[in-house]
Amino acid sequence: MGRLILENVGLCLDRKVVLRHVNLTVANGELLALLGPSGAGKTTLLRIMAGLIAPDEGRIYLDGRPITDVPPEKRDVVMVFQRPLLFPFMTLFNNIAFGLRVKGRLTADDRHQIDRIMAMTQLDGLGRRQAHQLSGGQQQRAALARALVLEPGVLLLDEPLSSLDPNLRQQMRDLIGNIQRQTGITMVFVTHDQTEALMMSDRVALMLDGRLRQTGAPKQLFYHPVDPDVARFFGMENLITGHCRNGYFHSAQWRMPALDGPAGPCIAAIRPEAIRVMPTRPDPGADPVLAGRIHRMRFEGTATRVWIDCGSRQVVALQAGAEFEAGQQVYVTFPVDAVHLMPVENV
Amino acid sequence: MPAGMRRIVLPLLGIGVLLPFVPLLLWAFSARWFYPDPFPGQWGMRAWRYLWGPAGGYIVSALAASIGLSAAVALLSVLIGIPAGRFLGLYRFRGKWLVLLLVLLPIIVPPFTVAMGLHLWFLKLGLAETVAGVILSHLTVCLPYAVFVLWGVFSRYNPEFEDQARSLGVGRWLIWRRVMLPLIGPGVIIAALFAFLLSWGQYLATLIIGGGRVVTLPIVLFALIGGSDRPVAAVVSLLLVMPAMAALLISARSLGRRGMIGIW
Repeated sequence: MGRLILENVGLCLDRKVVLRHVNLTVANGELLALLGPSGAGKTTLLRIMAGLIAPDEGRIYLDGRPITDVPPEKRDVVMVFQRPLLFPFMTLFNNIAFGLRVKGRLTADDRHQIDRIMAMTQLDGLGRRQAHQLSGGQQQRAALARALVLEPGVLLLDEPLSSLDPNLRQQMRDLIGNIQRQTGITMVFVTHDQTEALMMSDRVALMLDGRLRQTGAPKQLFYHPVDPDVARFFGMENLITGHCRNGYFHSAQWRMPALDGPAGPCIAAIRPEAIRVMPTRPDPGADPVLAGRIHRMRFEGTATRVWIDCGSRQVVALQAGAEFEAGQQVYVTFPVDAVHLMPVENV
Repeated sequence: MPAGMRRIVLPLLGIGVLLPFVPLLLWAFSARWFYPDPFPGQWGMRAWRYLWGPAGGYIVSALAASIGLSAAVALLSVLIGIPAGRFLGLYRFRGKWLVLLLVLLPIIVPPFTVAMGLHLWFLKLGLAETVAGVILSHLTVCLPYAVFVLWGVFSRYNPEFEDQARSLGVGRWLIWRRVMLPLIGPGVIIAALFAFLLSWGQYLATLIIGGGRVVTLPIVLFALIGGSDRPVAAVVSLLLVMPAMAALLISARSLGRRGMIGIW
């Protein structure tokens, strides 16, 4: 079992607030991604969960039991660090057996368990190697295996993929996902890579500046951010302040139907890939249309990012196969249901 | 180094290191050797037999005293050097240069001054002419070196290994034995060897603080060199060199095999 609850956790280091009022519930058997830019306090929060740092305030519960003051070695929580940290004075087998040996002599069951985990992490047959004889990917899998043999209630992973090259990363992502499904161990996974967080996890918790800003399913955070900071983090570049009244959103230039928007001052967010740029005015329909001029363009591979000046506002669109010139007159449109409205009191 | 230079430098180095041993070896295995002769007139093992015979007992007990004393100094140096080196290597704090200076001071100040100063204090404290006093005086020289070596070891030490081990279930006090010592093992061996060898060669401090009561191998050797029995003096000289040779072999073995991996 591994249901982890953080209640109002806060931490100051050198008189600087690192974490503020963090409330988080990790459900049993869930893979939660702790996402945020570097310096947001993700790793610190993970270390608090592991017991390696004591929080200044707040409480932590594991399966309903308070563990705030329980030392790391007595918590049913194991952390895997960013670097593999295999003990260089031991073979791979002894590294993986390390945690079990701490509890006592290896039993036949323990050996069976080690074999099972080594097979699961694709390390079978490498038991006699020393740490420095393993490749980067093998070392990272060994670090994972060393934690998995203990069958912890919660497994904490601190950017375990950041040191791997892109090809290995994808393999390792799949491996972690598979292991999580097979074992059902609760996992908390720190990453600064939003794609990684969105594709791997059941839920994402976004941290900005030491605060948890939004926690929810990947699609919810991506399409329905609670505030402009979250929206910007996920690349919702078009943020328009305005007002919702009588089922319509009004701003200086825009007026469009607000499907389920809140009443009062609010911000409309539109993803750049939802915006279509056209050289000629489209037939009038339900979707709003704005005229503008191309400001600049940037080719990004699968799509081209286009900045369009529409009056006093700049609109960013991400469109595949966009062929325009700077200064060209264009028309911008987007489906009304692609507009996400956020009430301003969340700002 | 280019190959041509290596061909000249390495043999020169070898000769420079080995040349002083040639007369020692010749003397140690000679029975008769008179002045103008380039080599001993007669070879023999008399000096070696003398050592183990009834008359050589004082040399053997000096050897035992030296081994015990230096081992104690090495052990103490490492026991104090590990926490000190860990603190200096892992933490940043104000006044680190002051600590550096204090550690260096016994090395900078001439050993004669240190020994004389200590002697006055030790007389008052009742430590003069005792083994404990001699050990303490040796520590003033050996401990700085041990601290230096371990400072270097810990400045490249990654304490995350300890966090990882704790998360894997190792208690706070077992971390030392299960993780830290194995990781810094090679460095500890070097520090202990340094301290042992420095203590092993001490003459002045042993003489002044020990006051003739604590008789180590260098004390005996100094007396023998002034005497007339050159072959025995040569044998004791060779005994004095042996730990250094052994240390060289041990360090080459234990460090060459495993190196300093793990401390990065």
